[in-house]
Amino acid sequence: MPYNPTLVAPMRQEMTRLGAKELTTVADVDAALGDQKGTMLVFVNSVCGCAAGNARPALRLALEHSVKPQQVVTVFAGQDLDATTRARQYFTDYQPSSPAMALMRDGEVVHFVHRHQIEGRSPQSIAANLTGAFDRFCAATV
Amino acid sequence: MTGQVFHPGHHELHGVTVVLETHGLTTYLGRFDTQDESGVHLLDVGVHQATPEGQSKEEYIRRSARFGIRPEHKRVVVPLAEVASIMRLADIEPQEAGL
Repeated sequence: MPYNPTLVAPMRQEMTRLGAKELTTVADVDAALGDQKGTMLVFVNSVCGCAAGNARPALRLALEHSVKPQQVVTVFAGQDLDATTRARQYFTDYQPSSPAMALMRDGEVVHFVHRHQIEGRSPQSIAANLTGAFDRFCAATV
Repeated sequence: MTGQVFHPGHHELHGVTVVLETHGLTTYLGRFDTQDESGVHLLDVGVHQATPEGQSKEEYIRRSARFGIRPEHKRVVVPLAEVASIMRLADIEPQEAGL
């Protein structure tokens, strides 16, 4: 059962302040991920205070990097249930976990950060994982 | 294990996804919940049974590190006497793409 919306509002706002577009419906997800072109980070948000509490600041740090995805979108696991289920259908090779992050390029998942790669790690360490992937997959080709 | 306690007030591994090896043929992957006299409690657990013809334990663990754990049980309690080792899944080098 979803948490009280008031409780999770700050967790949503933390993402939207970063410029992430919230996808709260199946239609939102399909519009963003269907026929996806370029690079996009999908952030699966979570109420887990410890894991998501480090993942969101990690994303903020990573987005300060010179190379980053063209778009950032977010779904909220345990909150926007249908949207999250739909988003996960775009990366079915990967088992669901939250928080998690999928870096996509032209509709393909090119890098995935599972919850187990977030647990107990500092935002700086998680951000380093992300920026390494940004450098590898998001840099403009000449 | 030393370092940051992930969920203050709980066991240092609470909430952490671990690889639990037993003294037998079974290996469990799951989120460490707690430990008490009944054993180690894991949540959302994947299980590997070693067989001569099946996927090796190492391959199972590395594949899970890359693609995540496919949970087969919501909760498993592993008796302490069966526990050989517990390590973080994040410390495992993931299986490379295409393997």
